[in-house]
Amino acid sequence: MSMAPNPILQPTIPQAAERENYLNKEYGAWSWLLTTDHKRIALLYLLSITFFFFIGGFFALLIRLELLTPAGDLVQADTYNKLFTMHGMVMVFFFLIPSIPAVLGNFLVPLMIGAKDLAFPRINLISWYLYIIGGVMMLHCMLTGGVDTGWTFYAPFSTSFTNTKIVEAGLAIFVAGFSSILTGLNFVVTIHRMRAPGMTWSRLPLFIWAHYATSIIQLLGTPVIAVTIVLVAAERALHLGIFDPKLGGDPLLFQHLFWFYSHPAVYIMILPSMGVITEIIACFSRKRIFGYHFVAFSSIAIAVFGFLVWAHHMFVAGISVYSALVFSFLSYAVALPSAIKVFNWTATLYKGSIHYDAPMLYAFGFLGLFTIGGLTGLFLSALGIDVHVTDTYFVVAHFHYIMVGGAVMGYLGGMHFWWPKISGRLYPEGWARLAALIVFIGFNLTFFPQFVLGYMGMPRRYYDYSHMPEFQVLNVLSTAGATVLGVGYLLPMIYFLWSMRYGKPASDNPWNAAGLEWKTSSPPPTFNFDEEPIVTWEAYNYDELDAPHQEEVQVAK
Amino acid sequence: MSTHSTSSPLKMYFAVFFALLVGTGLTVFAATLDLGRYNAAVALGIATVKATLVALFFMHVWHASEKLTKLVVIAALFFLLLLLGLTMSDYATRLWS
Amino acid sequence: MQNNANSTTVVHDRHGEAHAAYNPALLHHFAEPQQQRDAASLGMWVFLATEVMFFGGLFCAYLVYRRWYFPDFAAASKSINMWLGATNTAVLICSSLTVVLAVWAAQTARRTLLIGSLALTMLLGLVFLGIKADEYYDKFEEHHVPGASFSFENVPVPGHPGQLANPRHAQIFFSLYFVMTGLHALHMIVGLGIFTWLLTMAWKGRFTPEWHTPVEIGGLYWHFVDIVWIYLFPLLYLIDRHP
Repeated sequence: MSMAPNPILQPTIPQAAERENYLNKEYGAWSWLLTTDHKRIALLYLLSITFFFFIGGFFALLIRLELLTPAGDLVQADTYNKLFTMHGMVMVFFFLIPSIPAVLGNFLVPLMIGAKDLAFPRINLISWYLYIIGGVMMLHCMLTGGVDTGWTFYAPFSTSFTNTKIVEAGLAIFVAGFSSILTGLNFVVTIHRMRAPGMTWSRLPLFIWAHYATSIIQLLGTPVIAVTIVLVAAERALHLGIFDPKLGGDPLLFQHLFWFYSHPAVYIMILPSMGVITEIIACFSRKRIFGYHFVAFSSIAIAVFGFLVWAHHMFVAGISVYSALVFSFLSYAVALPSAIKVFNWTATLYKGSIHYDAPMLYAFGFLGLFTIGGLTGLFLSALGIDVHVTDTYFVVAHFHYIMVGGAVMGYLGGMHFWWPKISGRLYPEGWARLAALIVFIGFNLTFFPQFVLGYMGMPRRYYDYSHMPEFQVLNVLSTAGATVLGVGYLLPMIYFLWSMRYGKPASDNPWNAAGLEWKTSSPPPTFNFDEEPIVTWEAYNYDELDAPHQEEVQVAK
Repeated sequence: MSTHSTSSPLKMYFAVFFALLVGTGLTVFAATLDLGRYNAAVALGIATVKATLVALFFMHVWHASEKLTKLVVIAALFFLLLLLGLTMSDYATRLWS
Repeated sequence: MQNNANSTTVVHDRHGEAHAAYNPALLHHFAEPQQQRDAASLGMWVFLATEVMFFGGLFCAYLVYRRWYFPDFAAASKSINMWLGATNTAVLICSSLTVVLAVWAAQTARRTLLIGSLALTMLLGLVFLGIKADEYYDKFEEHHVPGASFSFENVPVPGHPGQLANPRHAQIFFSLYFVMTGLHALHMIVGLGIFTWLLTMAWKGRFTPEWHTPVEIGGLYWHFVDIVWIYLFPLLYLIDRHP
């Protein structure tokens, strides 16, 4: 689509060369470290999660390098255990869970609903500091020995056997968990209390609905893993026997409590991504979202159903078969709202005026990868197939399709879509399309072979597969793909940084998109809007935005 | 939340207070009776009545000016029951068959 | 939706100076005091919902092991002093009463009653913690604290004269007892901190019938901690007490 600023949407205020905005209002480290501006906190989060993303990525790289050859020749077995553990912990707790909510959500929730800030700006800052404290603890833990249990901390290995730094890693996650809770609390209260006049629930962007649903999970799930970590730490310190079968405890209770949070946690990652994709698809098809209310309520449904399915992680662990049947059935149920979303996105595309800009390429990538990830999830929630592929690379491939193919695609798409608003600059479109393509190809090359490997029976978490050298071809493909994927992730970082200095200044609404965030300047002023907005239009009113008569009306004014 | 019944609510506060004290006494008394499997049910029943009294009258859920507070309370209880209920669905049926 | 009502009264100033003159407690990003009050109150309620789940995980563990090891749980429960627990329940109920009195005093601008009620609440909170500490001390003396020196030998199961409780299973009970009451006591200590701040504010005369949100939401927190105890008392102290 045309990048030229649309004359219709030029703000009434003349575009001065150095208009005051949230970036140039104050300078200096303290103006950032003590800020309560949600937009600045979003950028603090952006920097911190990018840092952890590359740490997690580094571990991933070492894992893939080890698996390049069947023999365990690059690292020791113990080291390999630590690598995949730290990869999982860093990526899940310090990148994926905060990624979209804490960066894009923090930046956009107040803007989209027409508020000056989140309801509790100081709590928002505290949440970032908690994240940093947790992150520093995690770094310290990694540098002084790390953890080897897998990111799932399964008892009794974690509580009674391993000598690695369980308690410290647990506390790091505990603290980061409170950061996540506070973000969710802020969003729920903000969405309820801070909407601009006229911004009714059915006029909210679906990004907001998705974040509302995410917040429900953050609020009601995270405390359960927090208390589970308390129990694990206490058990390790005092040998209580709560999870140790030798002392009368039940390790499955740990798994119940752990997955009660950690399964819904997957929806903490994917729901905000779905929100991003909804915004992008509407904008680049120039259409109102098909079935607005269905998409909105399917977010809530995913959040609620997400809490009903956790024991599908435990089908082979020894839970009751009757209970397993129920959980299997309920796991199928969660596919319904997800499918509703996919169908509604597809229906939105239908007969839309589709523009293939970089954010839309990520959205297309998301649609395909999320669908594959979701459908293989159904394989896994079927009891019979799950028994066959439990703890194989099939599972690894499945959750990477959701968590990387889904969540990270949405995150990158969103970063591109809102980058002009965040930075006030345009990113280089050509490079961005190339990066989107590289990410898509690299991702599939990395993880599709893993489906096949898993189906053939390659177990996860093994560093040596020399008894099955025929797995090597697919592993080489996967490692090659990971390299391509790495390049695809580095590119956006480079050109985003480049564009901050050399990018063309962005107009207030470079995409001619609907939504309140595009009605203020780029970058927005500290209190978001020069005048308190009053919403009189429906969400995604692209037909009105693109209608020619609109222009006449505006000009006549 | 703050602007409910303008007439003095003190009478209601003290009534709830005495009900809570009576409930505590009743719990202790009921625990000394042999009700078999119903001991737990009675104790939890009384505790739930007490908790409900505190929530409704001391925390002003009854007079809350909007439904949202009630929704938050119901949602919290619903998810608590999900956690307990679905976990127990495993433990209660593990030894079948 | 409640914002619709605000639309007519909104003043278009970005920094809220106009409001600041009218109400010093109004933060810049709120349009009017009612919105700020509602946000704070909802925030506390949502936080309490997370607290329900936090304790919920422990109740879940308790439920599982109580079903599995009922006789051992009953024996272990019987070793705790029921009257200390009952007294503490009464103490907390009294403190809940003083909290509602404090809120009422703030609503009706009765400063002396407000300060008195807050102080009394804190006093009752301290009494609770004192009794709790005494109870912990007893358990420590009896070697009922889980860990290396734990001992629960030759304790009969109530109602089954010949049967002895399994010390390991009793240790699970005491683990849950200490984690649950310990986290509850931690919440009490946090509550005392909040109430110290409220007392200081009340002393300085900061609360008015128009603005006393901290008293209200601090009170909500206190009541919630009381509710947790209302469940902990019968579950931990009264499992099987009949002779």
